[in-house]
Amino acid sequence: MKTPPPLRTPALLAALGAALARGRRGLAWYLGGVLGADAYRKYLEHHRQVHPGEEPLTERAYWREAMDRQDRHPQGRCC
Amino acid sequence: MSTPLTPEERIPPAAVDPAVVEAEERKWTPAKIALWVAIALLGGVAWGVLAISRGETINAIWFVFASVCTYLIAYRFYAKYIERKIAKPDDFRATPAEYKVNGHDYVPTDRRVLFGHHFAAIAGAGPLVGPVLAAQMGYLPGTLWIIIGVILAGAVQDYLVLFFSMRRGGRSLGQMAREELGVVGGTAALIATIAIMIIIVAILALVVVNALGESAWGVYSVGMTIPIALFMGVYLRYIRPGKVLEISLIGFALLMFAIISGRWVAESAWGAELFHLDRTTIAWAIIIYGFTAAVLPVWLLLAPRDYLSTFMKIGVIVLLALAVVVVRPEISVPAFSEYASRVDGPVVAGSLFPFLFVTIACGALSGFHALISSGTTPKLVQKERQTRFLGYGGMLMESFVAIMALVAAVSIDRGIYFAMNSSGAATGGTVEGAVAFVNGLGLAGVNLTPDMLTGLAANVGEESVVSRTGGAPTLAVGIAVIMNQWFGGPAMMAFWYHFAIMFEALFILTAVDAGTRVARFMLQDAIGNFIPKFKDTSWRTGAWICTALMVAGWGYILILGVTDPLGGINTFFPLFGISNQLLAAVALAVVMTIVAKRGNFKHLWVVVLPLAFATVVTVTASLYKIFSPVPAVGYWAQHNAFKQALADGKESFGTARTVEAMEAVVRNTFVQGSLSIVFLVLSLTVIIAAAIATLRAFPHGGPETEDPALPSRIYAPAGLVPSPAEKALDAQWNALPPGMRALNRRGH
Repeated sequence: MKTPPPLRTPALLAALGAALARGRRGLAWYLGGVLGADAYRKYLEHHRQVHPGEEPLTERAYWREAMDRQDRHPQGRCC
Repeated sequence: MSTPLTPEERIPPAAVDPAVVEAEERKWTPAKIALWVAIALLGGVAWGVLAISRGETINAIWFVFASVCTYLIAYRFYAKYIERKIAKPDDFRATPAEYKVNGHDYVPTDRRVLFGHHFAAIAGAGPLVGPVLAAQMGYLPGTLWIIIGVILAGAVQDYLVLFFSMRRGGRSLGQMAREELGVVGGTAALIATIAIMIIIVAILALVVVNALGESAWGVYSVGMTIPIALFMGVYLRYIRPGKVLEISLIGFALLMFAIISGRWVAESAWGAELFHLDRTTIAWAIIIYGFTAAVLPVWLLLAPRDYLSTFMKIGVIVLLALAVVVVRPEISVPAFSEYASRVDGPVVAGSLFPFLFVTIACGALSGFHALISSGTTPKLVQKERQTRFLGYGGMLMESFVAIMALVAAVSIDRGIYFAMNSSGAATGGTVEGAVAFVNGLGLAGVNLTPDMLTGLAANVGEESVVSRTGGAPTLAVGIAVIMNQWFGGPAMMAFWYHFAIMFEALFILTAVDAGTRVARFMLQDAIGNFIPKFKDTSWRTGAWICTALMVAGWGYILILGVTDPLGGINTFFPLFGISNQLLAAVALAVVMTIVAKRGNFKHLWVVVLPLAFATVVTVTASLYKIFSPVPAVGYWAQHNAFKQALADGKESFGTARTVEAMEAVVRNTFVQGSLSIVFLVLSLTVIIAAAIATLRAFPHGGPETEDPALPSRIYAPAGLVPSPAEKALDAQWNALPPGMRALNRRGH
């Protein structure tokens, strides 16, 4: 096994920066997921598979429909 | 259960071979054994310290160790046992999220994301408030019940309701009750659910009113959440649709500003005049808000509030847990206080059994969760085996929140605790009255001085902290006491106090709004059986009528609570716990019937145990509330005592100083006593119906009510951390071209 070359300061900083960026992306992915921010992306994915060739809703129209759906199907929030 | 794949469907298997899973779980490497022995030892030591420590103080870190180690052991062993013997999940079988996928409410969702989503839906102000009130009995009774209760009751209920609803396409608890218990049991379950939702919303609203009464800062900053939410709603609808994370961050920043600017507003003459409101006015404001919010479109107010609330929920809970670990406050409250063995506790009256178990409902066992675990979450689950992590694990997390709330409540001086939580009728609402009352209780180690109360009030930016009942202000003080030792010192206490009040109010107002909406739909569905037009939920008139009925229901109880001469929260809170646990008994009764119909009588005890306990606790508590001759405990005893006093021509009686107040007590106790009877009768009907259905299924089981099994064509690991076999299979799936990964031909 070869020992890896010693990290110089710029490389160390770059690695640190990359780790931070990964952490930030991970946090955004997680919070966005919990809040439901990725709903449109998931809808598009679903649409591509199930209705290939058909035009999907635009992002604006999708969110309008998603919110109006909640009017018809309210979700409980617990105490 | 897997069906043979046709050549074009050559995808990896949808699940790890059950034999491999079994082998992995049964293989005990030395490292694994050492890890679990260490967890068991640490947990054991922590419990030992909590149970036998008789020193001056005890460190809060032991609560963290005792609870977390016990949760880990319960999750790894007991939840696994339930999975293996009762749920019997099959990952080769598609979940509703897969076979009903529609890109809207049926969406396979990453298990970790769904965990957060489910947790945000089940946890609110409940687990924060109950443990605070129960702290009057000392720290140990509450801690024991929260941890043992969640393991054997609360998490079992959440897990199994989630699992069985998932097997039924995400059907709601009400639908499952009708299906499993028949018309009588199903109808009783539906009425019980609506009645319980009314009482729960009313008492949550009462908690907010008590927290905001005579607090200009609190009213201003909580009031600001409305324009902030409206702005967020318009932003998402018209300016940048779908940018949920972005607007949530903006909303969060505005929220922080609303808290900080609250001090300036409260200290200004105009601000104090405008926002210094008495409790009755605030109660009416919440009633008007509740109705308006429930008839406005979701996008305008509810959805953005929900984003804020979810954001705060996750943030606050992480922050509080970290703070307890970092600060490790010393706790001087005794393990068992004087009130553990008495019935006259000033915070909530009644003996330890059964009233401890109804004062702490959320966090140990909460029937309300059954409404989330059925209906919402099961439509999002990717794979069947994930339900243990989501259902059982999610509830363990809520239990941990309850432990943190308990720690915060016992971190503050006991004298201050009783001054804040004794009713205004007892303390007279003044510093002198509170000092005299609390010191007169004769509690060991309690020596309250007026300076302690006025100093604390000044530190948290309130006029007074006397008789701030309801649990929320006490928790806020506890959080402020802990947090200021970590960040900012005493100068920051007012910020942390109002930060805590803000998030509790945010959770509760979201629950009020969502609860009113959900109950409105249930009511429309129920009335629709007699007047079919009501079934049409898009019919505006019907929607308005049913919303008004629901708001009138909880609003009436809220006003009774706010104007109650006996104090309000201490007389109404038991109804909250009793109704929440009666709902748990209903949910567990449905689960018991399902397990029996599967013919699994050997392991039925897992469900019967919590069901029997919840039934005994709530029936006993209800009977006490109905029949106890002690006026502080029995609603009817109180009712008759005041009625007699009025008949004797007395002008004041007990803490009621006028004839009007006496009449109010007569009326309130009548409502409370009647509700106790209604809840008891409805729940016993459901439980008896379930017992009959269970006996009928003996010994061979009953008709199957699950949706037909369909083969799964997606894969995801079951728990938080994938096992080696799961990782290997996951890698196979990830190696597929993107289009094949979520292969799904059925759609809708």
